[in-house]
Amino acid sequence: MTKLKPRLSLIGIGVFAVLLLVVAPLVLTDHWLSNLGKYCCWAIAAVGIGLAWGRGGMLVMGQGVFFALGAYSMAMHLTLETAGAGVPGFMVLYDPLAPLPAFWEPFRSAAFTLLAIVLLPVIVAGLLGYALFKRRVKGAYFAILSQALAVALATLISSTIRETGGDTGLSDFKYFFGFVLEDPANRVMVYLIAAALLVVCLLVVWQLYRSRFGELLVATRDAEERVRFLGYDPATVKLVAFVLAALMASIGGAMFVPIVGIITPAEIGAAASILMIAGVAFGGRASLFGPALGAMAVGWGQSSLGSAWPEGWTYIVGLLFIVVILFLPKGLSSLLPRFTAARRSPGEQPAAGTAAPELEAVQS
Amino acid sequence: MSTFSRRLRTLVATGTIVTVALALAGCGARAGDGTPGAESAAPSCVDTSGDTIKLGFLNSLTGGMAISEKTVSNVLHMAADEINAGGGILGKKIKYIQEDGATDWPTFAEKAEKLLTQDCVAAIFGGWTSSSRKAVKPVVEKHNGLFFYPVQYEGLESSPNIYYTGATTNQQIIPAMDFLASKGVKRLFLAGSDYVFPRTANAIIKLYAAKLGIQIVGEEYVPLDKDDWTTQVAKIVAAKPDFIFNTINGSSNVGFIKAYYDAGLTAATTPIISVSIAEEEAPAMGHEITGQYASWNYFESLKTDTNPKFIKSWKAYPNSSGVTSDPMEAAYISLYLYKALVEAAGSFDVDAVNAAAKKNTITFAAPEGTVTLDGENHHISKPGHIGRINANNQFDIVWSSDKFIAPDPFLKGYDWFPANVRDQLVKAAG
Repeated sequence: MTKLKPRLSLIGIGVFAVLLLVVAPLVLTDHWLSNLGKYCCWAIAAVGIGLAWGRGGMLVMGQGVFFALGAYSMAMHLTLETAGAGVPGFMVLYDPLAPLPAFWEPFRSAAFTLLAIVLLPVIVAGLLGYALFKRRVKGAYFAILSQALAVALATLISSTIRETGGDTGLSDFKYFFGFVLEDPANRVMVYLIAAALLVVCLLVVWQLYRSRFGELLVATRDAEERVRFLGYDPATVKLVAFVLAALMASIGGAMFVPIVGIITPAEIGAAASILMIAGVAFGGRASLFGPALGAMAVGWGQSSLGSAWPEGWTYIVGLLFIVVILFLPKGLSSLLPRFTAARRSPGEQPAAGTAAPELEAVQS
Repeated sequence: MSTFSRRLRTLVATGTIVTVALALAGCGARAGDGTPGAESAAPSCVDTSGDTIKLGFLNSLTGGMAISEKTVSNVLHMAADEINAGGGILGKKIKYIQEDGATDWPTFAEKAEKLLTQDCVAAIFGGWTSSSRKAVKPVVEKHNGLFFYPVQYEGLESSPNIYYTGATTNQQIIPAMDFLASKGVKRLFLAGSDYVFPRTANAIIKLYAAKLGIQIVGEEYVPLDKDDWTTQVAKIVAAKPDFIFNTINGSSNVGFIKAYYDAGLTAATTPIISVSIAEEEAPAMGHEITGQYASWNYFESLKTDTNPKFIKSWKAYPNSSGVTSDPMEAAYISLYLYKALVEAAGSFDVDAVNAAAKKNTITFAAPEGTVTLDGENHHISKPGHIGRINANNQFDIVWSSDKFIAPDPFLKGYDWFPANVRDQLVKAAG
């Protein structure tokens, strides 16, 4: 049983990969493929949230911050690539003679941009996580702090229109690392990169969840003090999960930019960060596929239900969230084991009622 | 199975996927392969064979801008009904598809793409904020679609795929400055929302003010979604301006007006001239604003041959807001302008429509008067008017330009606008 489950999951990832990378490009129109690409970006961030929140118990309410680090790094590079040797058009508009801000300059380099997408979230999450987890900040305090950071960053970007494009955001990208973005073939390529990165992220968490680290992470979530008594440092365990989640959010953000063609503070602020969490909760935060599929479902709902019933869509999301929290606290993915009567996977939080008999069994 | 071989398998699987993805993909055009777009845009999927033609309306029906944009959406519906009652465009009835931009700029981009590629509409009408237009612009350019934008804006833009039926700066901002100069204003304070339109408009105002000898005594911005103007208004009180130039947009105006009157400022001592408060917004300010000014190209109180019919139709329309205003009039123009363009071209094809525009013969007897389309910059000629708000929240017209002002989005006819800035902007616009 314990051997079978990971293998089934791996087959699941394989099927998912074939669907995303082979079937979707063949059957979907350009518009829906680019929409699916957008959902993949949210799903990448969601996989990270699943790791940090579902398995690690850290309610990361401000993943928009890391999404922004990747997205704005990428957007600055693409803006400069489009502007050529000059200064981006929007800067000329506000202050015609001002030079390019110093922090933009390195983003002319493709290599620096890619490094920034990976290293910036690692450094920021590393420092932040170290400071917080060593001081044993957790629960609601951690959630409020992370949410406040997202609000602060969105406000900062909104109020620095000359440097960051402000509320209007950065858009109108012509090239993606030398490829013409208007070319449909290149847009398929950008989609495939995003989808492949999502599959890679799923593989990474699949491997983590069955490793000793995965066990330790769940143990830290469920009984941090006991983990400490056993001689592990819960702060380090949480830090690794938090940094990985930040990295995934940054990668999702970076791919969001060439696919959607615009990034604004609204996509990274409080509401966007909460919507990411909502998708993860909806899908099932501690399961392997739940976060990704939940995020994709919320994205799809926004596109199609938002078209059919614009005024009603936000109510539907709210209602779904309430229903899921009330009746399916482990998300939609918890419905599946109910039907197949499979054993609980180690990642899922034991329900109060079922934990007691097991404990007795261990003691006897 | 050993951990090592499992890890190896993971690695191999990952590697294979990435390789396949990249191999499948590396076939698109690269930079320098020729002009992007022109030949790579997919052929239009617009269906002109039936007796209807599909058009897309893209307005924020939810979110912060819904209060303004719903009216634009409704007036577009009214114009479509009118045109259909008159026989349609080239004998085809308009079948419109309404989409919600949700006051979210990436959503505008997504819905514009949906309208063009899924619904195959012949043209899109809508947008309000400059941010929404800037989100839609790359999409219509990529798919060689058409977008009709009905709101006054900051100019300095042109696109072969966009038609602008609201004012550019030389039809609203510059007339407002001429009016202020005629009133002998010497000290001006600039208050705006923190986004592209107010920032750019104020950059232009500062350049023109220097030429007119008007001193700018302060400049303050507050984000679009924030309503608290208390500290900024305190700075206005301290700066003692003769006039306030207000480029605040949306509901943030309510907070500004409140802070303004709370601070003891009045229309008699420190009047405001606004470019975003019209008949629609005036009663919603939460305070009597009699005596304050606004610069527009259309007012409900305008006496033209065509205006009474427009007002009458709108008041009788089921989803009417009761009053007419400049942005809705510009939206009304946009649909009729499209009809005139298509009928001149004899085709719904985008390139044929643009070619018809180039002849510079397209006109429309609009409620503001007969407007003429400039086929080069895709803007229309407009009269400039300054109105003063009366007790009925209507505007008494106190100043008008001597004639219709030809659109000049890049301010080529104004020597105080630095040529090097214009060149840079034209270059950045592509």
